[in-house]
Amino acid sequence: MIHFVILNNRQGKVRLTKWYSTYSQKERSKVIRELTGIILSRGPKLCNFVEWRGLKVVYKRYAGLYFSMCIDQDDNELETLDIIHHYVEMLDRYFLNVCELDLIYNFHKAYYILDELLLAGELQESSRRTIARLVAAQDSLVETAREQASLLGDLVKQAM
Amino acid sequence: MASTTSSIMDTLFQRTLEDLIKGLRLQLIGESAFISKALDEIRREIKSTDPHTKSNALQKLSYLSSLHHFDMSWAAFHVVEVMSSSRFSHKKIGYHAASLSFSDSTPVLLLITNQLRKDLTNPNNEFEVSLALECLSRIATTDLCRDLTPEIFTLLSSTKIFVRKKAIALVLRVFEKYPDAVKVCFKRLVENLDSTDPHIVSAVVGVFCELTSNDPKSYLPLAPEFYRILVDSKNNWVLIKMLKIFTKLVLLEPRLAKRVVEPVCEHMRRTGAKSLMFECVRTVVSSLSEYEQAVKLAVVKIRELLLDDDPNLRYLGLNALSIVAPKHLWAVLENKEVVIKWLSDEDPNIKRESLRLVMAMVSENNVVEICRVLVNYALKSDPEFCNEILGSILSTCSRNLYEIVNDFDWYVSLLGEMSRILHCQQGDEIENQLIDISMRVRDVRPELVRVGRDLLIDPALLSNHFLYRILSAAAWVSGEYVEFSRNPFELIEALLQPRTNLLPPSIRAIYIQSAFKVLIFCLHSYLLQRESTASSYPDTSALSELASKREMPEGSDLATFKAHSHSEQDEVFNPRVSNQSSEELSVGNGGGRTISHGQTSTPVTSENSFTYEAVVNQLNLIELALGPLTGSHDVEILERVRNLLCFIELIKGEILESLVQNEENLNSAEMKSSKIIKLMSDAFSEELGPVSVSAQERVPIPEGLALKENLNDLDMICGDIQLPSSISFSLVSTHYEEGVGASLPDLQSKEELEPPSEATSLLAEHRKRHGLYYLTSEKNDIVANDYPPANDPKLQDNQNNDTEDLVKLTEQLLVSKKRPNQAKPRPVVVKLDGDVVPVSAKRPGPKDDSLSGAVQEVLLGSDTKTSTSRSNPSDKSSSKRKGKEKLIIDPSSELNENLGDAEKLDRENPSSRRSKHRTHGKERRHKSPGKIREEREENGQKEKKKSSHRHARHKTRQRADVPLNVVSETPVIPDFLL
Repeated sequence: MIHFVILNNRQGKVRLTKWYSTYSQKERSKVIRELTGIILSRGPKLCNFVEWRGLKVVYKRYAGLYFSMCIDQDDNELETLDIIHHYVEMLDRYFLNVCELDLIYNFHKAYYILDELLLAGELQESSRRTIARLVAAQDSLVETAREQASLLGDLVKQAM
Repeated sequence: MASTTSSIMDTLFQRTLEDLIKGLRLQLIGESAFISKALDEIRREIKSTDPHTKSNALQKLSYLSSLHHFDMSWAAFHVVEVMSSSRFSHKKIGYHAASLSFSDSTPVLLLITNQLRKDLTNPNNEFEVSLALECLSRIATTDLCRDLTPEIFTLLSSTKIFVRKKAIALVLRVFEKYPDAVKVCFKRLVENLDSTDPHIVSAVVGVFCELTSNDPKSYLPLAPEFYRILVDSKNNWVLIKMLKIFTKLVLLEPRLAKRVVEPVCEHMRRTGAKSLMFECVRTVVSSLSEYEQAVKLAVVKIRELLLDDDPNLRYLGLNALSIVAPKHLWAVLENKEVVIKWLSDEDPNIKRESLRLVMAMVSENNVVEICRVLVNYALKSDPEFCNEILGSILSTCSRNLYEIVNDFDWYVSLLGEMSRILHCQQGDEIENQLIDISMRVRDVRPELVRVGRDLLIDPALLSNHFLYRILSAAAWVSGEYVEFSRNPFELIEALLQPRTNLLPPSIRAIYIQSAFKVLIFCLHSYLLQRESTASSYPDTSALSELASKREMPEGSDLATFKAHSHSEQDEVFNPRVSNQSSEELSVGNGGGRTISHGQTSTPVTSENSFTYEAVVNQLNLIELALGPLTGSHDVEILERVRNLLCFIELIKGEILESLVQNEENLNSAEMKSSKIIKLMSDAFSEELGPVSVSAQERVPIPEGLALKENLNDLDMICGDIQLPSSISFSLVSTHYEEGVGASLPDLQSKEELEPPSEATSLLAEHRKRHGLYYLTSEKNDIVANDYPPANDPKLQDNQNNDTEDLVKLTEQLLVSKKRPNQAKPRPVVVKLDGDVVPVSAKRPGPKDDSLSGAVQEVLLGSDTKTSTSRSNPSDKSSSKRKGKEKLIIDPSSELNENLGDAEKLDRENPSSRRSKHRTHGKERRHKSPGKIREEREENGQKEKKKSSHRHARHKTRQRADVPLNVVSETPVIPDFLL
């Protein structure tokens, strides 16, 4: 299974983390520090796998962003690379030419997409179209709620 | 009123998440100040009664928590509040925050059960259901799982695919936390395997893949379903998972392998997806390695991977090759060039993998060449990889007591060479091995001393602190085995060279101690030589010789010395070495080494090596070099320097005096000092070795010491005195002392087991007096100085006959010379006490956890149910199984076969196979050295058999629970197994 997902940029700034195994807050920051160090120090033409604490970390760089997933020793590295690619494509489709800024400002949306892709550390949906549809449907639910909220805000403003 | 206005104000002027992020990005320096200000705001806002404000604050908090790692456990209650909001957008934020921050120990988890239940059963909004499922998959505790199992069970057959697949994925966590849920959910989970929807199948297969990897045995009965998916599915994601499942199952059930191997190969041939192809390869190499064709195909694919430009594929290819290596070494050998080529890849991971493979190829036939290649690579590599290479050479060669090393002279000089590599940081390991080898392998000691000398004499090495440990080993070896040195004087100079002040005190102390040993050796040899010249030559010639020596300047003195030693020793050296072992044995080990040393050292130091002049020079040198150290602050150094200097003071006067006197008085004049020197030399030449743990047991109980006598009549004797028991005990011991005539201190000193520094003469005296307490002679001969050969613990027992042993050994020497491939016989490697004889690792017993128990129960239970309800046409799965039923010929024969399989299974157990493999290798290797070797080998084999027997016994114990299963499963499994 996938133990966690980390997105960080070339400067080591973390853009997204998702933990499917239990790590305390302290462990999380330690793991991130350790792994970003390892991954950023690796050159461009090297393989995308790093053995780490008896697990394997599969990472891939897209533009300035590194997507890393940590998997078990006997998991398939190439499959994990595919999952990463899958996620990136989905982000790309959702944000239309995704860039780092999109992820910075819409970090929760990046999470929601990831939640549709992975569950309990397993790939649960391999169809890009389905995920796009599901995310859109939930977005619209959120939007109506927000409109209502802003309506309320307007009313309050008027009242004052 | 005030609170409402403030909340309205909060609502109106609250910073949104976007504001927070923007603000953060503008802060170049004061980021932490900004964040703490934001956190203060959040703390206020989150208490707001307005759900929008609250959820917004929570969203900001989860942002800071997930990306800046701020603790948000304090807000747990607010998370629950937001989760229970009726608005979807709020709920979503709440659930997200919960899955981010909750852990098993979060107290508010008790509060959310009902909320989750409500959301899980929400009929209107499937997205709310999915939110609850996602969150549960992360935070579910045992309590939550127990309480919500009914809801999850219902969702497992939900008509909404979107919900059902998430419920399936969640089951994994539920089973893990609350195994009893298996009774409820498992059957429905299995039914989902038959689903026509690919998403559902994918989700179920994912769950089973994880379950199987933890406990494959329980899921064996599902093999038919899995097989169907393996054959039918077109989805690569699913196929990869399926292959992973079969990798585990096949190891348990060989019949399954027969069925699976063809579809796996088919997938491997056909697929264009590298990930699937690689998974097929991995399945074959790790679980189907008995199938020659499949392995061949896999190796072809591996070769493709190895030659690919993509570093990922290269890495995986090497990876797969290292899995296949233990069973099919030919696969590695076939790709030898490629593997070695990737040693110089720019990717450290690939280099490391290929290094592992190269090490896997090492055998006693090619170890020399491979090590040469590797050392060359090490010279070219970056420091880190260089050390990895050196480390793996060291660990491979020393494996199982240097099993693969035949030529220790080569290995020792390799160690010396490795020490000189610039980046070498393996000082500790090399130090250990140098000393270990020096103790185990007698024949290699001359070479060791030579290597040690080369290291010691090079002043450049003293500036590299990684080498200090090696240098200390070299110093120790040169001191301990100085009799093999070609030029002891040179050694003293090396040991005392000025740059040694760079060494840490502990190592410097070793240097000084070694110098002491060397000096003693020189003096002793000098004296021996004097005696021999005095007796064999006429006085005048000896004197004139001395005089001529004295006239020479120091430098030329040394030069002639070197010339002498080279010309002479090259001839004298080797034959002596090869004879040495037999010689020593023939002398016997009573006080053995000193005597043989006396004999053997004469040829080395023959004639003019130890001149008066040279000895005096050395004494002066030592005094000069160590004088300043008498003020050292380090106790170890101080102690040793004092010892050495005092010793010199003691003897120097007489030695100087002796020159002035006549040759005739010489003997009497030097009497005193020579006695001292002889004593010290005896002390130092006593071989050091570890004391056996069981040494105490070998001491026979002295006669008359009645340990088991009933002490009841003590009361009668001591009845009048009425002492406390402890004192009466001591009375008894004195009573025994008197009776036996031995004193307690003597017993104790015996127990200390011959302190090695004690002079042999003293020991001999002691032995004469207290012979009673010494080991019986024949045993003693073997035990005291000789260690049994490594890997052959049995030998100890049947070596009671000395002469026989000697014959054996000499024969072995003769016979082993005939071995065709090797120029030299492999020297005897002795087993030192305390060695742990490597035993093949025990296989950890099957984890009999509650989950697997529950799964088996359900699987077997459900099967009996299905078999009873088989007539029911609505039961889809059972009707399917009916088709398979035809395949079963005879259930009773099936049962037998099954038991047979269980046995076969045991044989297939990788660890036992490996050990068998090893013994095979041994047999082949030792066949040539002839009878004795074989005899020994037989003993070894006996031992091996014993151990394997033990192993088997262990196995049967382990199997004790298996047959139970077999019995209970036999009526069922045949239905399932294809």
